[in-house]
Order: sequence, then structure tokens, then C-alpha cells
Amino acid sequence: MERVPILKLGDILIVSIQIDLDDQSVLALQEDLADMVVSSGARGVIIDITAVEIVDSFIGRMFSTIAAMTRMLDAETVVVGMRPAVAITLVELGLSLGGVRTALNLEKGVAMLEHVRGAAG
Amino acid sequence: MTVPAEAARRRIVDLFLSSEERLLQRWTQLSGASPGELRDLYQALRTALSSEDGDFADVRGLLAELSRARVRQGHTPSDTARLVFSLKEALYEVAEADGGPEALRGFVWFSRLVDDLGLYTFESYTAAREKIIIDQTEQLLELSTPVVKLWEGIVAVPLVGTLDSARTQVVMEKLLQTLVDTGSEHAVIDITGVPAVDTQVAQHLLKTVVAARLMGAECVISGIRPQIAHTIVTLGIEFGDIVTKASLADALSYALSRSGVEITGAARTRVAVRAERA
Repeated sequence: MERVPILKLGDILIVSIQIDLDDQSVLALQEDLADMVVSSGARGVIIDITAVEIVDSFIGRMFSTIAAMTRMLDAETVVVGMRPAVAITLVELGLSLGGVRTALNLEKGVAMLEHVRGAAG
Repeated sequence: MTVPAEAARRRIVDLFLSSEERLLQRWTQLSGASPGELRDLYQALRTALSSEDGDFADVRGLLAELSRARVRQGHTPSDTARLVFSLKEALYEVAEADGGPEALRGFVWFSRLVDDLGLYTFESYTAAREKIIIDQTEQLLELSTPVVKLWEGIVAVPLVGTLDSARTQVVMEKLLQTLVDTGSEHAVIDITGVPAVDTQVAQHLLKTVVAARLMGAECVISGIRPQIAHTIVTLGIEFGDIVTKASLADALSYALSRSGVEITGAARTRVAVRAERA
């Protein structure tokens, strides 16, 4: 099973998904990420899915799960770089990812996290 | 059995080859086609029938070409098929004049051959027409979905004409791709040119907005005319938290203010400038 690397940049954790996700990797990623957020005290998580071309409902739900999980740990999650085809697939699957922040690319994602934290004080 | 059939076949081919002028004249009369086209067809048939292996590729090629030309000229498919079938009647008269049992038997064989060619003509006609329809549909799709940039970070899609699933799909993909390519965070979907909005169209619009939101962009729907607003409310369609504006100008000013651009009394300044010039 391949594991997805989690990179730390300041108080932001960046997860760039470059592999074809199977259910096991998704579950492992959720656990790893929760551990990392706690151990590093990160305030924001960015999931970069620029390279993801195929999604199913399980992966779609993963975003919501991770967002809810990190919010419990006081970190905001932003999903960035979603491809049009992926967005259309998720909509057709009936997943609107309520409660998940999204941004067009990594840069805008970082800016969004800073903005959110600025607003929160 | 084989020998008489073979003989009958030879007899009818002989008749066909020997009475060129008579056949062509009668054929032209019956089909109402131009003698030139028929002469070409006759020559191709003559070559095919005289050849050993009976290769009708040239004849079919000619027929396909003829069908395509007829589609463009607006002939009906029956007319086009009749052109081929009328050869039977012309040849039958020749066979009848000959009167021999071999000629009549051979005519049955020949008749089947012409039937095949006629059906082929029919198929070519349909294929040519299908192609025209497909081409036009594609052109329509390309024509009708421009995505225009209104401002740095703001794009707009002016929708014109009836929306169906296929068109919405194209619009959706094109808009989302443009958002990625230009890094725009705001999109305006303008439906001023859409004559009617039913539940299905509304559903498509909602999907597009949600997809854009998933990618991290915000969509505003503008250009909702009074009667469309009325229809939407009557149908009970919920747009939820999607921002809708009456005009493209409103939507642009909303998107500008959302992206942090300030507008300071532009209208008043312009009036002042005009007054100064006067």
C-alpha cells in the first residue's frame, strides 16, 4: 500500500495526492493526518488534488471527513486544485462537500488560510 | 440448375451491354435524372459486369457521391433511390423485347443486383444527411458557448438559446476549465438569452454552480427576466444560497466588490465630464 506524504510548511500541513488512491491509502491518510495535526500543532491543512483524475464517492467523502476531523483539532482544511472533470463527477454523485473550503490552486489556498486565521484573530 | 442460371446471367448482361443507347434513353425518361450522371453510372456498371470478379466498388463510389450531391440539393431519399430502381424497368423492357426465358430469368438476378445498389444509395443518403446534422450540432455547440473575461479574476458566460443536457455539459466544462486556466475566482452565468427555464435547466445551472464552488470559485447567476423569475418561483425551484442578480451589471459589480475592487461614484463623474465638455 502506498502512503501519501504529509509536508509541513510553517503551521500549515500540505498533502499533495500524486497516486491513485485506494480505500486503504485513504484510511491511512486520515489517521496520519490526525496524528500530524496533533503532533505539529498545525492550524491549517491543504489537500492538493491537482493530479487526481478519478474520484469515487468514498474519496469524495474523505474530504468532508478530514475537514470535520481537523476542525475538531482546531485546524482549517482547504481542498485545492480540483480538476473540472472531478468537480463534475462529484456533483453528479450528489456530493457537494458541505463544510469543506476549496480554492483554485495552492497559492490561493494558502492565502485563504491566512485570511481565515486573520478573521479568527 | 447451375448451368441455366449462369447462362441466364450471361444473357442479361449481354442484353445490358448491347442496348446502351436504348437503356440510357429510357432510364433518363423514367428517373428524371441528368443523362450525364446516368451515363457515368452505366459505364461503371458495364465495367463491373464485364470484369471477371464482379467488383462493384466503383459503382458504389459513384452512387455514394451521387447521394451526397442529392442531399445537398435537397432531393428526397425516395427520389434518389428511384433513380437506381428505374434501371430495372428500362432493362425489363429490353428483356421483354428479347422474349427468351433466359433473359427473363436473368432479369430476376439483375433485379436483385439493382435492389442492392438501390439500398446502398439509400444508406449513403442517410449517412450523408446524418453527417450534416452532426456537423451542424457540433458547430452550434462551438458557437454558442463563449466564456469571456470581464475583469481580472472575473469571467462570464452569456448563455443564448435553449439549454439542454448536452449544451449545459459543454458550457459547464468550458467554464470550469476557464476558471482553472485563468485562475479566476468569480464567474457570472448570464441567462438573459435563455428563452425558458424549466426544472431541468435549473438543475443544470445549479450543478454548474456547485461544481465551480467545489473547485474554489464563486458563481453568480444573472439576467433573470421577470417572467423567468415568476416561472422559477411557480415551479418551486430552490436556488438556495446561490447569488442571483437581475442584470449582468449588477452581477459584475457584486463580483468586483467580492474580489476587493472598490467602485467610487462612477456614474456621477461621467455626467460631470460630459457637462464640462458641453
